[in-house]
Amino acid sequence: MTQWIDACATDDIDAEDLIRFDHAGATYAIYHAPDGKFYATAGKCTHEEVHLADGLVMDYVIECPKHNGQFDYRTGEAKRAPVCINLKTYPVKVEGARVFIQVS
Amino acid sequence: MTKRDYSLLGPDGARAVATGLAAAEWYHTEVPRKEMKALMQRSDAPAIRDTLLLYGLMIAFAGIGIYLWPSWYSAPFWLAYGVLYGSASDSRWHECGHGTAFKTPWMNNVVFEIASFMIMRNSATWRWSHARHHTDTYIVGRDPEIAIMRPVVFAKVIAGFFGLPDVAAFLPRMLYNAFVGVHPTEKTFVPESEWPKVVRVARISTAIYGATIALALGMGSILPLMVIGLPRLYGAWHHVMTGLLQHGGLADNVIDHRLNSRTVYMNPVSRFIYWNMNYHVEHHMFPMVPYHALPRLHAAIKHDLPAPNTSIAQAFGEMWPALRRQLASEDYFLKRSLPATAKPYREDFHLAALGAAATAAE
Ligand code: FES
Repeated sequence: MTQWIDACATDDIDAEDLIRFDHAGATYAIYHAPDGKFYATAGKCTHEEVHLADGLVMDYVIECPKHNGQFDYRTGEAKRAPVCINLKTYPVKVEGARVFIQVS
Repeated sequence: MTKRDYSLLGPDGARAVATGLAAAEWYHTEVPRKEMKALMQRSDAPAIRDTLLLYGLMIAFAGIGIYLWPSWYSAPFWLAYGVLYGSASDSRWHECGHGTAFKTPWMNNVVFEIASFMIMRNSATWRWSHARHHTDTYIVGRDPEIAIMRPVVFAKVIAGFFGLPDVAAFLPRMLYNAFVGVHPTEKTFVPESEWPKVVRVARISTAIYGATIALALGMGSILPLMVIGLPRLYGAWHHVMTGLLQHGGLADNVIDHRLNSRTVYMNPVSRFIYWNMNYHVEHHMFPMVPYHALPRLHAAIKHDLPAPNTSIAQAFGEMWPALRRQLASEDYFLKRSLPATAKPYREDFHLAALGAAATAAE
């Protein structure tokens, strides 16, 4: 069953940045893209068990803080070694000043 | 005294996995997110400037060396060219491998491939070995890039200044990769999807060295090899000198880079050749920060780190006796004191990893 979860306020995340969001034993990364849109992915890198929240957002790419692997956070596509496996993405909607992510 | 087994397929590596020492969460100094974001920002300008300078100097030195060949007057130019070829390529390989030197990815990739060739590392293999070095820095049986294994073999370390062990390991492995395939040890850290690239890179390198040797034979002169290949030997000393200082004599099997890495203040020429990797604790703690921002990172976190060594000579003066003591006791290591402003080492955690040696060696 899928549900929309209220994750954060829109101004909790600077433009071109991300935050960590934990819910029901799972961890996510929520992004504020330079075009003002919001995105969500799994919180941990697919290379090793490292959270992406300390990484660097550059345009539409998140760079992992451990080995500089990169993903396109809009699609989850792995863009740079050492990451080879794509990142899971989650639908996002903004209502008022709140960001919601859809999780199952 | 514990006997260390550095093999990636040996019991120490298996034990590190079983005890949770491998792929553990490491200590980080706290840096406010805004400040860290500013430090991590990428830029092409510094690396373009440094790369033009590096390649420009290499062309100039090699050009003069060729012009003066075979006179001994060419020797200083070969020595200068050699250091840029056989040592600066190490730091370019390193920074571009991280993808932090340039902002533009293709620029990182081009310089990475050229530097990998010059430093004689298969670019496909070593990208992965270095990822493991960052995951399991100086963890015995896990880190494939431990420069000084205990007990140190001094003859090997000294031969390293002339590039001999590296080249002796590289050439047979290049031929193995080119004609047989990926080596079983490499299979432990290189994902299968990358194996064809390992073979392709090895074949390209084999072809270039083959052509250079053929040219040298055709000319009846070693001059082509003075330009390609030999500088990896006669110019290796600088990267070995700086590389040994990164972790030599410090603790292994810990998860705090303040215990196993060394920051050394260096002269500007060495810092250009080494691309600021003298800020080594800082680099390991925050590999996202590009080389040109490491002095700023150092200023931001030095209150939480052991005092840096004040020069290359002073750092060797500290490390060399420690390596000698490790001949008698492999467990001995240098444990540098932290300033009063720093968060203390997690003695409880490291005692579990090190046993009694953690305090005995203090
Ligand atoms: S853990 Fe993310 S790139 Fe290695």
